[in-house]
Amino acid sequence: MDAHNFREQIKELSGADVGKCIQCGKCTAGCPVAVDMDYVPNQVMQLIRMNEKDCLLKANTFWFCAACQTCSARCPEDIDIAKIMNTLRRLAADDMINVQAKKISKLNREFLKSIRMFGRVYELGMVMKYNLMTGQPLKDVSLAPALFSKGKIGLLPHKVKGLDQVKKIIKEGKRFTE
Amino acid sequence: MTESSQDEKITLLTYAEIEEVKGFVGNYDVTIRKKARSVDLVKCTGCGECKQKCPKKVPSEFDMVLGTRKAIYTPFTQAVPNVPVIDRECCLYFTKGKCQICSKVCPAGAVDYEQKDELITEKFGAIVVATGFDQFDWTVYGEYGGGRIKNIVTGLHIERMLETSGPTGGHIIRPSDGKEAKVVVFVQCAGSRDEAKGKPYCSRVCCMYTAKHALLLKDHQPDSQAYVFYIDIRAGGKNYEEFTKKVQRDHGAVYIRGRVSKIYEKGDKLVVCGADTLTGKPVKIEADLVVLATAMVPQADATALAQKLNIPYDKHGFYTEVHPKLQPVASVTKGIFLTGACQFPRDIPDTVAMSGAAAVGVCGIFSQDEMSIEPRIACVDTERCVSCFNCLQVCPFNAIVQQEIDGKTYAYVQESLCTGCGNCASTCRVRAITVRGFTDEQLYAQIKAALN
Repeated sequence: MDAHNFREQIKELSGADVGKCIQCGKCTAGCPVAVDMDYVPNQVMQLIRMNEKDCLLKANTFWFCAACQTCSARCPEDIDIAKIMNTLRRLAADDMINVQAKKISKLNREFLKSIRMFGRVYELGMVMKYNLMTGQPLKDVSLAPALFSKGKIGLLPHKVKGLDQVKKIIKEGKRFTE
Repeated sequence: MTESSQDEKITLLTYAEIEEVKGFVGNYDVTIRKKARSVDLVKCTGCGECKQKCPKKVPSEFDMVLGTRKAIYTPFTQAVPNVPVIDRECCLYFTKGKCQICSKVCPAGAVDYEQKDELITEKFGAIVVATGFDQFDWTVYGEYGGGRIKNIVTGLHIERMLETSGPTGGHIIRPSDGKEAKVVVFVQCAGSRDEAKGKPYCSRVCCMYTAKHALLLKDHQPDSQAYVFYIDIRAGGKNYEEFTKKVQRDHGAVYIRGRVSKIYEKGDKLVVCGADTLTGKPVKIEADLVVLATAMVPQADATALAQKLNIPYDKHGFYTEVHPKLQPVASVTKGIFLTGACQFPRDIPDTVAMSGAAAVGVCGIFSQDEMSIEPRIACVDTERCVSCFNCLQVCPFNAIVQQEIDGKTYAYVQESLCTGCGNCASTCRVRAITVRGFTDEQLYAQIKAALN
């Protein structure tokens, strides 16, 4: 049925059915980042139900989502909301309409690249590259003196033992995105 | 309650339990255990001296542990009969062999430490079950403190607090420090409408009693503020909708549509993290007191009683009616009627109506010498019966008994108990027992016709 298109698509991709949602709002109530979202989690559930795919893929909700899983843990209908957010990220990743989404996506990719190269995040390198890429080279410069003097950030990267195993995990993980 | 205790046609047996039920509609033999109060019902005048002088205090269950009672006590002031009972688990005489002050001060000599439980067996024609409800154990919600936070209470606590002669003198207070609560947050659906950790059903009464509490809070303490977190307001009764509207319009209660995700302590206040789904914003409120509207569940021993009475119940423990719409008051077992919250969460007007229906149902049975029943019940062909009595063991209604014919025993189905469920028919190995109207031949004919 046409009326359930988006709901069915989400169900197929994530396994979660928004049809069970009674709009109680417990997900929104427990979400640590809801205050910054343009559509809060319970509204996202309703938008899926109302077939508002185009509207939803422009939202920043699932990009701000911290994947803390509080929503999924507390939902009285056992809907895996965090999984739905992940599914929406994947659906939106191709077109990347949302402006903030592009930036967040870049950070995620730099983060993963760093892990692939060293086995753990080379914070200095990642932040510098990200800030340059997004055209804000001086964004975090004011933090540098305090971070260095307190030993919170290293000048050089650290490579882990077993880096080839980490690379293998990332390679295997890529299979799921295809 | 007092009226019923004084009516000459009613015998009130309090502090008593059903021990065993035998028989069938019109002919029940019920064994009742009259538990030992340790006080003589006839001699006691209800003067209350024993309660006053008893030195042992324990938390009062009736007052939701907000107050205390004595070891010799009546559960509440208006209890009928006004005769106390000794709680032998905490009484100093029964636990340590000391004290005995109550028997010394009793002017009527009514205290009897040697009193024992008494078993009586009497005949009854019908049974009406009205065992009521209990509160859901909401401490499963770790996000609401799991029972560790003192200033999170339930609707029943507020009821006790509101009573002027109750444990807090009519003031709504914080249990942690006894101070009057100024900001009170009411959380509806705590345990109801929750398939994950609670009960899936709606407990029906909470929207209304929460509105009542919000109104009375403002009434008693004009400088207080009530916030009510709800998902839906269920006000489907006479004047109910107008009442909930009035509470918001005239008594200052703020209603917020959204479930509460977490409640935690911050200093001596409570932070309630909820949401307003209508504006799409998370909402945080600092409260003095949080009141949870807990789900209604059957009594803890509801299923044990059902086994004694041979009445079916559903997966939540609520007793099953014959038909949810057309026969909501009769249990599947003939002669046993249900009323009130033991059948499903229910408010007072509906319970009173149901009780009237149950009473009429009983009168209907008693007004006839004979009863007509559904003919679709089981019967035994004694020519085939091999007396294995497997059918007797699988019958959920204990309808099958052993019958002696010419020196041999066969299975026999008591018609008034049989409900035609068919368990016996499917168990019998020699096809000796069948349900009238559902013989194997009839079923085969139906299948053949359907397959053609």
